[in-house]
Amino acid sequence: MNGAFVEFAYIAAAVLFIFGLKMLGAARTARRGNAVSAAGMLIAIAATLGVSGVVSYPLLFAGLALGGALGAVAARRVHMTAMPQMVALFNGFGGLASLLVGWAEYHRALRVEQLALPPFTAVSIYLAALIGGVTFTGSIVAYAKLAEIIPGRPLLFRGQKALNAALLAAALVLLAIGGAAPESTYGLFLVAAALAFALGVLAVIPIGGADMPVVISLLNSYSGLAACAAGFIIQNTVLVVAGCLVGASGLILTQIMCKAMNRSLGNVLFSGFGAAPAAGAAGAPRRDVQPITAEDAYYLLEAARSVVIVPGYGMAVAQAQHVVRELGDLLEARGGDVAYAIHPVAGRMPGHMNVLLAEANVPYEKLVEPGDVNPLMSAVDVVLVIGANDVVNPAAREDPASPIYGMPIIHADEAKACIVLKRSMASGFAGIDNPLFFKDNARMLFGDAKASVAALANQLKETENP
Amino acid sequence: MTLLVFVFVLSVFLGLELISKVPSQLHSPLMSGSNAISGITVVAALVAAGLDDGSRLTAALGFLALVLATVNVVGGYLVTDRMLAMFRKKPGQEKSR
Repeated sequence: MNGAFVEFAYIAAAVLFIFGLKMLGAARTARRGNAVSAAGMLIAIAATLGVSGVVSYPLLFAGLALGGALGAVAARRVHMTAMPQMVALFNGFGGLASLLVGWAEYHRALRVEQLALPPFTAVSIYLAALIGGVTFTGSIVAYAKLAEIIPGRPLLFRGQKALNAALLAAALVLLAIGGAAPESTYGLFLVAAALAFALGVLAVIPIGGADMPVVISLLNSYSGLAACAAGFIIQNTVLVVAGCLVGASGLILTQIMCKAMNRSLGNVLFSGFGAAPAAGAAGAPRRDVQPITAEDAYYLLEAARSVVIVPGYGMAVAQAQHVVRELGDLLEARGGDVAYAIHPVAGRMPGHMNVLLAEANVPYEKLVEPGDVNPLMSAVDVVLVIGANDVVNPAAREDPASPIYGMPIIHADEAKACIVLKRSMASGFAGIDNPLFFKDNARMLFGDAKASVAALANQLKETENP
Repeated sequence: MTLLVFVFVLSVFLGLELISKVPSQLHSPLMSGSNAISGITVVAALVAAGLDDGSRLTAALGFLALVLATVNVVGGYLVTDRMLAMFRKKPGQEKSR
Protein backbone atom coordinates (compact mmCIF):
# COMPACT_ATOMS: atom_id res chain seq x y z
CA MET A 1 0.00 0.00 0.00
CA ASN A 2 1.02 3.53 -0.58
CA GLY A 3 2.92 5.05 2.34
CA ALA A 4 1.04 8.34 2.11
CA PHE A 5 -2.24 6.47 2.25
CA VAL A 6 -1.18 4.79 5.49
CA GLU A 7 -0.20 8.16 6.95
CA PHE A 8 -3.57 9.67 6.10
CA ALA A 9 -5.34 6.68 7.61
CA TYR A 10 -3.38 7.30 10.83
CA ILE A 11 -4.49 10.94 10.84
CA ALA A 12 -8.10 9.82 10.42
CA ALA A 13 -7.65 7.37 13.30
CA ALA A 14 -6.21 10.10 15.53
CA VAL A 15 -9.16 12.38 14.71
CA LEU A 16 -11.60 9.59 15.58
CA PHE A 17 -9.83 9.00 18.92
CA ILE A 18 -10.10 12.69 19.74
CA PHE A 19 -13.79 12.88 18.85
CA GLY A 20 -14.47 9.57 20.56
CA LEU A 21 -12.94 10.72 23.83
CA LYS A 22 -14.75 14.02 23.63
CA MET A 23 -18.08 12.22 23.17
CA LEU A 24 -17.21 9.77 25.94
CA GLY A 25 -17.25 12.72 28.33
CA ALA A 26 -20.97 13.45 27.93
CA ALA A 27 -23.75 11.06 28.96
CA ARG A 28 -25.82 11.46 25.82
CA THR A 29 -23.03 10.68 23.37
CA ALA A 30 -20.83 8.38 25.43
CA ARG A 31 -21.76 5.09 23.82
CA ARG A 32 -21.39 6.44 20.30
CA GLY A 33 -18.11 8.01 21.38
CA ASN A 34 -16.77 4.62 22.36
CA ALA A 35 -17.81 3.23 18.97
CA VAL A 36 -16.15 6.16 17.19
CA SER A 37 -12.92 5.53 19.04
CA ALA A 38 -13.15 1.80 18.24
CA ALA A 39 -13.57 2.69 14.57
CA GLY A 40 -10.39 4.75 14.83
CA MET A 41 -8.59 1.72 16.23
CA LEU A 42 -9.87 -0.48 13.42
CA ILE A 43 -8.61 1.98 10.82
CA ALA A 44 -5.22 2.21 12.52
CA ILE A 45 -4.88 -1.59 12.59
CA ALA A 46 -6.02 -2.03 8.98
CA ALA A 47 -3.65 0.67 7.78
CA THR A 48 -0.73 -0.91 9.62
CA LEU A 49 -1.27 -4.15 7.76
CA GLY A 50 -0.40 -2.13 4.65
CA VAL A 51 2.84 -0.66 6.00
CA SER A 52 5.67 -1.47 3.63
CA GLY A 53 7.79 -4.35 4.87
CA VAL A 54 5.01 -5.91 6.94
CA VAL A 55 4.76 -9.37 5.44
CA SER A 56 4.06 -12.04 8.06
CA TYR A 57 0.31 -11.95 7.54
CA PRO A 58 -0.59 -15.43 8.80
CA LEU A 59 1.21 -14.67 12.06
CA LEU A 60 -0.49 -11.29 12.37
CA PHE A 61 -3.98 -12.57 11.71
CA ALA A 62 -3.40 -15.40 14.16
CA GLY A 63 -2.32 -12.89 16.82
CA LEU A 64 -5.26 -10.59 16.17
CA ALA A 65 -7.72 -13.48 16.23
CA LEU A 66 -6.29 -14.98 19.41
CA GLY A 67 -6.12 -11.67 21.26
CA GLY A 68 -9.52 -10.62 19.98
CA ALA A 69 -11.15 -13.86 21.07
CA LEU A 70 -9.57 -13.74 24.53
CA GLY A 71 -10.56 -10.10 24.99
CA ALA A 72 -14.10 -10.64 23.78
CA VAL A 73 -14.72 -13.65 26.01
CA ALA A 74 -13.27 -11.89 29.05
CA ALA A 75 -15.35 -8.78 28.39
CA ARG A 76 -18.56 -10.76 27.98
CA ARG A 77 -18.06 -13.07 30.93
CA VAL A 78 -16.93 -10.61 33.58
CA HIS A 79 -19.41 -9.67 36.29
CA MET A 80 -20.03 -5.98 36.72
CA THR A 81 -18.81 -6.32 40.30
CA ALA A 82 -15.47 -7.65 39.01
CA MET A 83 -15.03 -4.77 36.60
CA PRO A 84 -12.22 -2.97 38.47
CA GLN A 85 -9.88 -5.96 38.34
CA MET A 86 -10.76 -6.67 34.71
CA VAL A 87 -9.84 -3.13 33.70
CA ALA A 88 -6.62 -3.44 35.71
CA LEU A 89 -5.76 -6.66 33.91
CA PHE A 90 -6.40 -5.25 30.42
CA ASN A 91 -4.33 -2.25 31.37
CA GLY A 92 -1.44 -4.44 32.46
CA PHE A 93 -1.53 -6.31 29.15
CA GLY A 94 -1.22 -3.04 27.25
CA GLY A 95 1.80 -2.11 29.34
CA LEU A 96 3.48 -5.47 28.79
CA ALA A 97 2.83 -5.20 25.05
CA SER A 98 4.69 -1.88 24.94
CA LEU A 99 7.61 -3.41 26.80
CA LEU A 100 7.77 -6.36 24.41
CA VAL A 101 7.62 -4.04 21.41
CA GLY A 102 10.58 -2.17 22.85
CA TRP A 103 12.51 -5.39 23.31
CA ALA A 104 11.67 -6.65 19.82
CA GLU A 105 12.82 -3.43 18.19
CA TYR A 106 15.95 -3.35 20.32
CA HIS A 107 16.85 -6.90 19.36
CA ARG A 108 16.16 -6.26 15.70
CA ALA A 109 18.30 -3.15 15.56
CA LEU A 110 21.24 -4.52 17.51
CA ARG A 111 21.42 -8.21 16.72
CA VAL A 112 19.60 -8.72 13.47
CA GLU A 113 20.23 -5.63 11.40
CA GLN A 114 23.23 -4.48 13.42
CA LEU A 115 22.31 -0.85 13.05
CA ALA A 116 23.57 2.00 15.16
CA LEU A 117 20.64 3.08 17.29
CA PRO A 118 20.18 6.84 17.45
CA PRO A 119 20.11 7.99 21.10
CA PHE A 120 16.51 9.17 20.73
CA THR A 121 15.33 5.72 19.68
CA ALA A 122 17.43 4.02 22.32
CA VAL A 123 16.00 6.20 25.08
CA SER A 124 12.50 5.54 23.76
CA ILE A 125 13.13 1.80 23.85
CA TYR A 126 14.27 2.02 27.46
CA LEU A 127 11.29 4.22 28.33
CA ALA A 128 8.84 1.78 26.74
CA ALA A 129 10.39 -1.03 28.76
CA LEU A 130 10.48 0.93 32.03
CA ILE A 131 7.01 2.46 31.88
CA GLY A 132 5.49 -0.63 30.29
CA GLY A 133 7.09 -2.90 32.89
CA VAL A 134 5.90 -0.81 35.83
CA THR A 135 2.43 -0.66 34.29
CA PHE A 136 2.36 -4.42 33.84
CA THR A 137 3.38 -5.63 37.29
CA GLY A 138 1.67 -2.68 38.98
CA SER A 139 -1.59 -3.58 37.27
CA ILE A 140 -1.18 -7.27 38.08
CA VAL A 141 -0.69 -6.46 41.77
CA ALA A 142 -3.72 -4.14 41.63
CA TYR A 143 -5.65 -6.95 39.95
CA ALA A 144 -4.62 -9.42 42.65
CA LYS A 145 -5.60 -7.00 45.40
CA LEU A 146 -8.96 -6.24 43.81
CA ALA A 147 -9.71 -9.90 43.15
CA GLU A 148 -8.62 -10.59 46.75
CA ILE A 149 -5.98 -13.06 45.64
CA ILE A 150 -3.63 -11.15 47.91
CA PRO A 151 -4.71 -9.06 50.93
CA GLY A 152 -6.04 -5.63 50.01
CA ARG A 153 -4.43 -3.92 52.95
CA PRO A 154 -1.09 -2.15 52.49
CA LEU A 155 1.93 -4.45 52.70
CA LEU A 156 4.76 -2.55 54.30
CA PHE A 157 8.27 -3.38 55.35
CA ARG A 158 11.18 -1.49 56.79
CA GLY A 159 13.14 0.53 54.25
CA GLN A 160 10.45 0.17 51.58
CA LYS A 161 10.54 3.79 50.50
CA ALA A 162 14.34 3.84 50.40
CA LEU A 163 14.36 0.67 48.31
CA ASN A 164 11.81 2.10 45.87
CA ALA A 165 13.78 5.32 45.58
CA ALA A 166 16.97 3.35 44.95
CA LEU A 167 15.28 1.21 42.27
CA LEU A 168 13.88 4.30 40.57
CA ALA A 169 17.29 5.95 40.62
CA ALA A 170 18.88 2.80 39.20
CA ALA A 171 16.27 2.72 36.44
CA LEU A 172 17.06 6.32 35.51
CA VAL A 173 20.79 5.57 35.45
CA LEU A 174 20.19 2.62 33.14
CA LEU A 175 18.07 4.87 30.95
CA ALA A 176 20.95 7.34 30.66
CA ILE A 177 23.57 4.66 29.96
CA GLY A 178 21.32 2.82 27.51
CA GLY A 179 20.55 6.05 25.68
CA ALA A 180 24.20 7.02 25.41
CA ALA A 181 25.65 3.65 24.37
CA PRO A 182 22.88 1.28 23.33
CA GLU A 183 25.13 -1.05 21.30
CA SER A 184 27.17 -2.24 24.25
CA THR A 185 24.38 -2.69 26.73
CA TYR A 186 22.03 -5.48 25.69
CA GLY A 187 22.29 -7.04 29.13
CA LEU A 188 21.52 -3.72 30.74
CA PHE A 189 18.29 -3.54 28.81
CA LEU A 190 17.12 -6.80 30.33
CA VAL A 191 18.19 -5.56 33.77
CA ALA A 192 16.14 -2.41 33.17
CA ALA A 193 13.08 -4.48 32.28
CA ALA A 194 13.51 -6.62 35.42
CA LEU A 195 13.92 -3.46 37.47
CA ALA A 196 10.71 -2.07 36.06
CA PHE A 197 8.87 -5.26 37.02
CA ALA A 198 10.18 -5.05 40.57
CA LEU A 199 9.35 -1.38 40.81
CA GLY A 200 5.76 -1.95 39.67
CA VAL A 201 5.21 -4.58 42.36
CA LEU A 202 6.90 -2.59 45.11
CA ALA A 203 5.08 0.63 44.20
CA VAL A 204 1.61 -0.89 44.45
CA ILE A 205 1.83 -3.33 47.38
CA PRO A 206 2.01 -0.54 49.99
CA ILE A 207 -1.23 0.98 48.69
CA GLY A 208 -4.47 -0.04 50.38
CA GLY A 209 -7.62 -1.29 48.68
CA ALA A 210 -9.58 1.87 49.33
CA ASP A 211 -7.01 3.85 47.34
CA MET A 212 -7.34 1.61 44.30
CA PRO A 213 -9.43 4.13 42.31
CA VAL A 214 -6.36 6.38 42.33
CA VAL A 215 -3.97 3.56 41.49
CA ILE A 216 -6.02 2.26 38.57
CA SER A 217 -6.38 5.76 37.13
CA LEU A 218 -2.66 6.35 37.44
CA LEU A 219 -1.69 3.00 35.90
CA ASN A 220 -4.08 3.79 33.07
CA SER A 221 -2.16 6.97 32.51
CA TYR A 222 1.14 5.04 32.51
CA SER A 223 -0.07 2.57 29.90
CA GLY A 224 -0.81 5.53 27.64
CA LEU A 225 2.68 6.90 28.16
CA ALA A 226 4.17 3.47 27.44
CA ALA A 227 2.28 3.45 24.14
CA CYS A 228 3.70 6.92 23.48
CA ALA A 229 7.21 5.60 23.99
CA ALA A 230 6.47 2.74 21.58
CA GLY A 231 5.33 5.40 19.11
CA PHE A 232 8.66 7.19 19.45
CA ILE A 233 10.47 3.93 18.72
CA ILE A 234 8.71 3.21 15.45
CA GLN A 235 8.31 6.94 14.65
CA ASN A 236 4.55 6.70 14.48
CA THR A 237 2.38 9.75 15.22
CA VAL A 238 -0.89 7.96 15.89
CA LEU A 239 0.69 6.07 18.79
CA VAL A 240 2.05 9.28 20.21
CA VAL A 241 -1.26 11.12 19.93
CA ALA A 242 -3.43 8.28 21.26
CA GLY A 243 -0.96 7.43 24.02
CA CYS A 244 -0.89 11.05 25.12
CA LEU A 245 -4.66 11.31 25.20
CA VAL A 246 -4.79 8.28 27.49
CA GLY A 247 -1.97 9.64 29.61
CA ALA A 248 -3.83 12.92 30.05
CA SER A 249 -7.20 11.36 30.79
CA GLY A 250 -5.68 9.00 33.34
CA LEU A 251 -3.96 11.93 34.99
CA ILE A 252 -7.18 13.93 35.19
CA LEU A 253 -9.07 11.02 36.75
CA THR A 254 -6.21 10.55 39.22
CA GLN A 255 -6.50 14.17 40.19
CA ILE A 256 -10.30 13.98 40.60
CA MET A 257 -9.95 10.93 42.85
CA CYS A 258 -7.28 12.57 45.00
CA LYS A 259 -9.39 15.68 45.37
CA ALA A 260 -12.37 13.57 46.47
CA MET A 261 -10.22 12.27 49.32
CA ASN A 262 -8.57 15.60 50.04
CA ARG A 263 -5.16 13.95 49.76
CA SER A 264 -2.18 14.57 47.57
CA LEU A 265 -1.06 12.01 45.02
CA GLY A 266 2.18 11.64 46.97
CA ASN A 267 0.24 10.82 50.11
CA VAL A 268 -1.81 8.17 48.30
CA LEU A 269 1.24 6.55 46.73
CA PHE A 270 3.70 6.63 49.57
CA SER A 271 1.96 6.90 52.93
CA GLY A 272 0.94 3.23 53.28
CA PHE A 273 -2.45 4.62 54.19
CA GLY A 274 -4.48 2.48 56.57
CA ALA A 275 -1.70 0.04 57.38
CA ALA A 276 -1.44 0.83 61.06
CA PRO A 277 -4.75 0.48 62.89
CA ALA A 278 -5.04 4.21 63.45
CA ALA A 279 -6.40 5.16 66.84
CA GLY A 280 -8.95 7.62 65.45
CA ALA A 281 -10.40 9.69 68.28
CA ALA A 282 -7.84 8.61 70.80
CA GLY A 283 -9.08 8.64 74.35
CA ALA A 284 -12.71 9.16 73.40
CA PRO A 285 -14.97 7.10 75.63
CA ARG A 286 -15.77 3.95 73.72
CA ARG A 287 -19.43 3.02 73.86
CA ASP A 288 -21.09 -0.02 72.44
CA VAL A 289 -22.72 -0.03 69.07
CA GLN A 290 -26.47 -0.54 68.93
CA PRO A 291 -27.30 -3.59 66.84
CA ILE A 292 -30.69 -3.84 65.22
CA THR A 293 -32.67 -6.69 63.72
CA ALA A 294 -33.98 -6.62 60.17
CA GLU A 295 -37.48 -6.39 61.61
CA ASP A 296 -36.74 -3.30 63.68
CA ALA A 297 -34.90 -1.78 60.75
CA TYR A 298 -38.03 -2.37 58.73
CA TYR A 299 -40.12 -0.38 61.23
CA LEU A 300 -37.70 2.50 60.93
CA LEU A 301 -37.83 2.41 57.15
CA GLU A 302 -41.55 1.94 57.03
CA ALA A 303 -42.13 5.19 58.88
CA ALA A 304 -39.55 7.11 56.86
CA ARG A 305 -40.66 9.76 54.40
CA SER A 306 -37.24 10.36 52.99
CA VAL A 307 -34.48 7.79 52.66
CA VAL A 308 -30.92 8.23 51.41
CA ILE A 309 -29.01 5.10 50.41
CA VAL A 310 -25.22 5.26 50.62
CA PRO A 311 -23.65 2.32 48.78
CA GLY A 312 -20.02 1.30 49.13
CA TYR A 313 -17.64 -1.50 48.27
CA GLY A 314 -19.60 -3.87 50.53
CA MET A 315 -22.54 -3.64 48.14
CA ALA A 316 -20.25 -4.69 45.30
CA VAL A 317 -18.79 -7.60 47.27
CA ALA A 318 -22.25 -8.88 48.23
CA GLN A 319 -23.53 -8.23 44.67
CA ALA A 320 -26.46 -6.53 46.37
CA GLN A 321 -27.16 -3.83 43.76
CA HIS A 322 -30.31 -5.50 42.41
CA VAL A 323 -31.96 -6.04 45.81
CA VAL A 324 -30.97 -2.50 46.76
CA ARG A 325 -32.83 -1.20 43.73
CA GLU A 326 -35.80 -3.38 44.65
CA LEU A 327 -35.81 -1.98 48.18
CA GLY A 328 -35.62 1.56 46.81
CA ASP A 329 -38.55 0.91 44.48
CA LEU A 330 -40.66 -0.55 47.30
CA LEU A 331 -40.00 2.47 49.50
CA GLU A 332 -40.96 4.78 46.67
CA ALA A 333 -44.11 2.81 45.98
CA ARG A 334 -45.13 3.62 49.55
CA GLY A 335 -44.70 7.31 48.84
CA GLY A 336 -41.21 7.63 50.31
CA ASP A 337 -38.56 9.80 48.76
CA VAL A 338 -35.44 7.78 47.88
CA ALA A 339 -32.06 9.06 46.73
CA TYR A 340 -28.71 7.32 46.29
CA ALA A 341 -25.75 9.32 47.55
CA ILE A 342 -22.61 8.38 45.62
CA HIS A 343 -19.18 9.34 46.87
CA PRO A 344 -16.63 9.69 44.04
CA VAL A 345 -14.22 7.21 45.64
CA ALA A 346 -16.80 4.70 46.89
CA GLY A 347 -15.80 1.28 45.59
CA ARG A 348 -12.60 0.26 43.89
CA MET A 349 -12.54 2.22 40.65
CA PRO A 350 -13.69 5.68 39.63
CA GLY A 351 -17.47 5.62 39.17
CA HIS A 352 -17.76 2.05 40.48
CA MET A 353 -21.10 2.62 42.26
CA ASN A 354 -22.59 4.36 39.24
CA VAL A 355 -21.86 1.33 37.09
CA LEU A 356 -23.37 -1.12 39.57
CA LEU A 357 -26.52 0.92 40.14
CA ALA A 358 -26.89 1.40 36.41
CA GLU A 359 -26.69 -2.36 36.02
CA ALA A 360 -29.56 -2.63 38.49
CA ASN A 361 -31.52 -0.01 36.51
CA VAL A 362 -31.50 2.70 39.12
CA PRO A 363 -32.46 5.87 37.23
CA TYR A 364 -29.61 8.31 36.91
CA GLU A 365 -31.74 11.12 38.37
CA LYS A 366 -31.87 9.24 41.67
CA LEU A 367 -28.11 9.52 42.13
CA VAL A 368 -26.91 12.52 44.08
CA GLU A 369 -23.46 13.81 44.92
CA PRO A 370 -22.33 14.38 48.51
CA GLY A 371 -22.23 18.15 48.09
CA ASP A 372 -25.88 18.22 47.02
CA VAL A 373 -27.30 15.91 49.67
CA ASN A 374 -25.32 17.05 52.71
CA PRO A 375 -27.09 20.41 53.23
CA LEU A 376 -30.44 18.58 53.32
CA MET A 377 -29.26 15.76 55.54
CA SER A 378 -30.94 16.91 58.78
CA ALA A 379 -34.32 16.55 57.06
CA VAL A 380 -33.62 12.97 55.99
CA ASP A 381 -35.44 10.35 58.08
CA VAL A 382 -33.22 7.35 57.43
CA VAL A 383 -29.81 6.96 55.86
CA LEU A 384 -29.11 3.40 54.80
CA VAL A 385 -25.36 2.80 54.62
CA ILE A 386 -24.77 -0.34 52.57
CA GLY A 387 -21.21 -1.56 52.84
CA ALA A 388 -19.72 1.92 52.89
CA ASN A 389 -17.41 2.98 55.69
CA ASP A 390 -14.75 5.61 55.18
CA VAL A 391 -16.95 7.82 52.99
CA VAL A 392 -19.42 8.27 55.88
CA ASN A 393 -16.84 8.53 58.66
CA PRO A 394 -17.53 11.71 60.63
CA ALA A 395 -13.95 11.63 61.91
CA ALA A 396 -13.10 13.25 58.58
CA ARG A 397 -14.99 16.29 59.83
CA GLU A 398 -14.49 16.17 63.57
CA ASP A 399 -11.18 14.58 64.44
CA PRO A 400 -8.04 16.42 63.32
CA ALA A 401 -5.97 13.42 64.46
CA SER A 402 -7.73 11.08 62.03
CA PRO A 403 -5.79 10.10 58.90
CA ILE A 404 -8.83 10.96 56.77
CA TYR A 405 -9.39 14.35 58.42
CA GLY A 406 -10.46 16.85 55.78
CA MET A 407 -11.83 14.30 53.33
CA PRO A 408 -15.22 15.40 52.01
CA ILE A 409 -17.73 12.80 53.24
CA ILE A 410 -21.44 12.07 53.13
CA HIS A 411 -22.83 13.37 56.42
CA ALA A 412 -24.86 10.28 57.25
CA ASP A 413 -24.55 11.01 60.96
CA GLU A 414 -26.63 14.18 60.60
CA ALA A 415 -29.76 12.35 59.47
CA LYS A 416 -32.50 11.55 61.98
CA ALA A 417 -31.56 7.90 61.90
CA CYS A 418 -28.82 5.92 60.27
CA ILE A 419 -28.83 2.18 59.62
CA VAL A 420 -25.44 0.73 58.82
CA LEU A 421 -25.36 -2.61 57.02
CA LYS A 422 -22.09 -4.33 57.77
CA ARG A 423 -20.67 -7.82 57.82
CA SER A 424 -18.96 -7.39 61.20
CA MET A 425 -17.31 -4.76 63.31
CA ALA A 426 -14.04 -5.14 61.43
CA SER A 427 -12.80 -1.74 60.36
CA GLY A 428 -13.06 -0.52 56.79
CA PHE A 429 -10.34 -0.82 54.20
CA ALA A 430 -8.65 2.29 55.50
CA GLY A 431 -8.41 0.49 58.85
CA ILE A 432 -9.82 3.46 60.74
CA ASP A 433 -12.44 3.39 63.49
CA ASN A 434 -15.70 4.92 62.45
CA PRO A 435 -17.36 7.02 65.21
CA LEU A 436 -20.58 6.97 63.18
CA PHE A 437 -21.27 3.45 64.40
CA PHE A 438 -21.29 4.60 68.02
CA LYS A 439 -23.60 7.58 67.61
CA ASP A 440 -27.00 7.67 69.28
CA ASN A 441 -28.89 7.79 66.02
CA ALA A 442 -26.97 4.92 64.41
CA ARG A 443 -28.08 1.29 64.34
CA MET A 444 -26.00 -1.60 63.09
CA LEU A 445 -27.62 -4.26 60.96
CA PHE A 446 -25.05 -7.04 60.86
CA GLY A 447 -24.88 -9.67 58.15
CA ASP A 448 -24.37 -10.08 54.45
CA ALA A 449 -25.57 -6.91 52.71
CA LYS A 450 -27.54 -8.80 50.11
CA ALA A 451 -29.33 -10.96 52.68
CA SER A 452 -30.08 -7.98 54.93
CA VAL A 453 -31.46 -5.84 52.14
CA ALA A 454 -33.50 -8.75 50.82
CA ALA A 455 -34.95 -9.28 54.30
CA LEU A 456 -35.97 -5.62 54.46
CA ALA A 457 -37.47 -5.75 50.99
CA ASN A 458 -39.45 -8.88 51.87
CA GLN A 459 -40.88 -7.26 54.98
CA LEU A 460 -41.99 -4.30 52.90
CA LYS A 461 -43.50 -6.57 50.28
CA GLU A 462 -45.45 -8.56 52.84
CA THR A 463 -47.09 -5.52 54.33
CA GLU A 464 -47.87 -4.22 50.89
CA ASN A 465 -49.77 -7.32 49.77
CA PRO A 466 -51.11 -8.93 52.94
CA MET B 1 12.17 13.34 15.77
CA THR B 2 11.60 16.86 17.15
CA LEU B 3 8.34 16.80 15.22
CA LEU B 4 7.24 13.76 17.20
CA VAL B 5 8.12 15.47 20.47
CA PHE B 6 6.16 18.49 19.26
CA VAL B 7 3.16 16.27 18.55
CA PHE B 8 3.60 14.73 22.00
CA VAL B 9 3.53 18.07 23.77
CA LEU B 10 0.53 19.34 21.83
CA SER B 11 -1.34 16.10 22.45
CA VAL B 12 -0.85 16.40 26.20
CA PHE B 13 -2.51 19.80 26.13
CA LEU B 14 -5.24 18.53 23.83
CA GLY B 15 -5.92 15.59 26.15
CA LEU B 16 -6.09 17.75 29.26
CA GLU B 17 -8.51 20.16 27.53
CA LEU B 18 -10.62 17.37 26.08
CA ILE B 19 -11.34 15.55 29.31
CA SER B 20 -11.26 18.29 31.90
CA LYS B 21 -14.96 18.16 32.79
CA VAL B 22 -16.50 14.73 33.00
CA PRO B 23 -19.55 13.88 35.14
CA SER B 24 -18.79 11.29 37.84
CA GLN B 25 -21.31 8.91 36.28
CA LEU B 26 -18.92 8.52 33.36
CA HIS B 27 -15.70 8.02 35.29
CA SER B 28 -15.68 4.25 34.85
CA PRO B 29 -16.47 4.23 31.12
CA LEU B 30 -13.96 7.01 30.52
CA MET B 31 -11.29 5.02 32.29
CA SER B 32 -11.96 1.76 30.51
CA GLY B 33 -12.57 3.50 27.19
CA SER B 34 -9.26 5.30 27.36
CA ASN B 35 -7.70 2.06 28.55
CA ALA B 36 -8.84 0.52 25.28
CA ILE B 37 -7.21 3.37 23.37
CA SER B 38 -3.93 2.70 25.16
CA GLY B 39 -4.02 -0.60 23.30
CA ILE B 40 -2.95 1.47 20.28
CA THR B 41 0.42 -0.10 20.97
CA VAL B 42 -1.10 -2.92 18.87
CA VAL B 43 0.10 -0.88 15.87
CA ALA B 44 3.69 -1.08 17.08
CA ALA B 45 3.19 -4.77 17.82
CA LEU B 46 1.96 -5.38 14.27
CA VAL B 47 5.09 -3.73 12.91
CA ALA B 48 7.34 -5.63 15.29
CA ALA B 49 5.75 -8.98 14.47
CA GLY B 50 5.12 -8.27 10.81
CA LEU B 51 8.59 -7.35 9.60
CA ASP B 52 10.07 -10.70 8.73
CA ASP B 53 13.71 -10.14 9.65
CA GLY B 54 14.54 -13.81 10.01
CA SER B 55 14.87 -13.60 13.77
CA ARG B 56 12.70 -15.94 15.79
CA LEU B 57 13.05 -13.80 18.89
CA THR B 58 11.66 -10.62 17.35
CA ALA B 59 8.82 -12.56 15.78
CA ALA B 60 7.98 -14.22 19.10
CA LEU B 61 8.18 -10.97 21.07
CA GLY B 62 6.13 -9.17 18.45
CA PHE B 63 3.53 -11.92 18.38
CA LEU B 64 3.15 -11.96 22.16
CA ALA B 65 2.88 -8.16 22.18
CA LEU B 66 0.27 -8.38 19.44
CA VAL B 67 -1.90 -10.83 21.37
CA LEU B 68 -1.67 -8.84 24.61
CA ALA B 69 -2.39 -5.51 22.94
CA THR B 70 -5.34 -6.99 21.04
CA VAL B 71 -6.80 -8.34 24.30
CA ASN B 72 -6.44 -4.82 25.69
CA VAL B 73 -8.13 -3.24 22.66
CA VAL B 74 -11.01 -5.66 22.11
CA GLY B 75 -11.67 -6.33 25.80
CA GLY B 76 -11.45 -2.64 26.64
CA TYR B 77 -13.91 -1.49 24.00
CA LEU B 78 -16.41 -4.27 24.69
CA VAL B 79 -16.35 -3.75 28.45
CA THR B 80 -16.86 -0.03 27.98
CA ASP B 81 -19.75 -0.66 25.64
CA ARG B 82 -21.34 -3.01 28.16
CA MET B 83 -21.17 -0.36 30.86
CA LEU B 84 -22.54 2.35 28.61
CA ALA B 85 -25.36 0.13 27.38
CA MET B 86 -26.53 -0.15 30.97
CA PHE B 87 -26.49 3.60 31.38
CA ARG B 88 -28.54 4.04 28.26
CA LYS B 89 -31.42 1.67 28.84
CA LYS B 90 -32.79 3.77 31.67
CA PRO B 91 -34.67 6.54 29.83
CA GLY B 92 -36.68 4.01 27.82
CA GLN B 93 -37.38 1.96 30.88
CA GLU B 94 -38.63 5.00 32.74
CA LYS B 95 -41.12 5.84 30.03
CA SER B 96 -42.54 2.36 30.15
CA ARG B 97 -43.32 2.70 33.85
